[in-house]
Amino acid sequence: MRERAFSVTNLPGFATIAVAVFVLLYLPIVTLVVYSFNAGSSPSVWQGFSLHWYALAWANDQVKDAGIVSLIVAGFAATISTVVATMAALGTTRQKAFRGQTLIYVMINQPLMVPEIVTAVALLIVFAVVRQWTGYSGLGYLILAHSAFCIPFAYLPIRARLESMDLTLETAAADLYASRWQAFRRVTLPLLAPAIAAGAMLAFVISLDDVVITEFVKAPGQDTLPTYMLGQLRRAMNPDVNAISTILLGVTLVLLSLFYLMTRKRD
Amino acid sequence: MAPTLEERTTRDQIRRNWWLSLPALAILTVAAIGPLLVVLVYSFLTPGEYGNVEWKFSTEGWTSVFVTKDIFDETWKLADAHMTIFWRSVKLSLITTGLTLLVGFPTAWFIATREPRAKALWLFLITIPFWTNLLIRTFAINQIIRTEGLLNTGLLKLGIISTPLQITYTDTAVLIGMVYVYLPLMVLPLFASIDRFDMRLLEAGYDLYASRAQVLRRVILPLVKPGIVAGSILVFIPCLGAYVTPRILGGGKLMMIGNFIELQFGQGRNWPLGAAISILLLIIVSIALVFYVRAINGENRDA
Repeated sequence: MRERAFSVTNLPGFATIAVAVFVLLYLPIVTLVVYSFNAGSSPSVWQGFSLHWYALAWANDQVKDAGIVSLIVAGFAATISTVVATMAALGTTRQKAFRGQTLIYVMINQPLMVPEIVTAVALLIVFAVVRQWTGYSGLGYLILAHSAFCIPFAYLPIRARLESMDLTLETAAADLYASRWQAFRRVTLPLLAPAIAAGAMLAFVISLDDVVITEFVKAPGQDTLPTYMLGQLRRAMNPDVNAISTILLGVTLVLLSLFYLMTRKRD
Repeated sequence: MAPTLEERTTRDQIRRNWWLSLPALAILTVAAIGPLLVVLVYSFLTPGEYGNVEWKFSTEGWTSVFVTKDIFDETWKLADAHMTIFWRSVKLSLITTGLTLLVGFPTAWFIATREPRAKALWLFLITIPFWTNLLIRTFAINQIIRTEGLLNTGLLKLGIISTPLQITYTDTAVLIGMVYVYLPLMVLPLFASIDRFDMRLLEAGYDLYASRAQVLRRVILPLVKPGIVAGSILVFIPCLGAYVTPRILGGGKLMMIGNFIELQFGQGRNWPLGAAISILLLIIVSIALVFYVRAINGENRDA
């Protein structure tokens, strides 16, 4: 028998472990998706295909309300965080380093560094006081909290794009007597648009998925889909939670695929 | 002396930069950084009778992290319950970090040594769980390991076990959950590190009659060490502050620091104590981050 060619990059067992890791990583998610179409309520016995649980989730007003709150909060938070992140990215890239730049970086990335539970109780304390002072108890608190932790996620792709962008085009625009605003509007912004869209999508996904901060900030009746699901867990496991999970997974997957298409480097 | 034109434009530019960054910084100050300072203040206040706080300075929040006063004879004792929770959090976080490193390294190596197109695909496959809702992934793993889940049903059918294994609501369940949930955080920085590793060094090693184990230990590991440090810290930090995974898989009793913090902010509990533990957690995480930044900088210097 011919000996296999000796590959220097091959380490014994590594490929086996890696493939096992991928299988184990996806098996639970795939199981969850598959059993959301199960006719029965057992999490391990297949009783035939059915959209029963989706119909049940759809007919549930609590789920519908939570879905609406999720979309409103994520929509506003993604928009706000993307606008301010774009401005901040324009103010912190493509120039000589200035004093305070590191401070701005640290502040923008702060939500990535602080454990969510700590931010969550901090907001619980502060918003409780503000609620008492102002009497306002709408969705504004959730939108504000989500906008804050979405900023770094919107900022990173926009900054990456700006840093790889060709400055000569804007110089050319300036040479042709474009004002600063015209050069931005007609040259920079169109070039930056895919990164801005990518940042917004990432922010939207992050907001849509948040559990911990939302759980602590929300007022009664302001459940989002994840906090609704967390609340359901106190009772017996419901397959309609699987159905909601599958829908959320689908939304995340679509947005992430779009994100990759938009940030893909064209060689 | 009047500033030169160049100096003036630079100064204008810097002012413009600050104005552009201002809205983002304002939102972060109001809804992320400022509230942390309030937590710090709360940790030095007197606990209120029905939760909340009284605005009187006190170090009770901080002392009660470590010691409790006996209600009968007023003697101070080490706060055993708190220590148990801290120890469990640190222990589970360390084991999780070790296990993710053990399986994450071969995975990252595998991805980094594929052909470019296959590499992009495998990388995408590891990134999807990374961005997927943590709650959903915890649900998913819970459905596998729970008493009437797929694992037990399968093992029972195969006759390997005769009674279902009770995995949920044990430390093992929390451990399985955290390894499952945080594994991508280990693989991604490891991959970044291995991907820039010059594979010709392996040839050199083998040419010099090194065994595979020697190549791994003497060539590969020292060069990807920054990635190992970075990945370990990226896993350790969220483990230590974990809230969702221990809540779902550990039940109400097997708390980690995150759940203990939540408990203190409930009705009739000790808010200053909760605030003090939050600050403590923040300090530990900050120290870990300093090591993380060092590892990353070391990596960039070597490249």
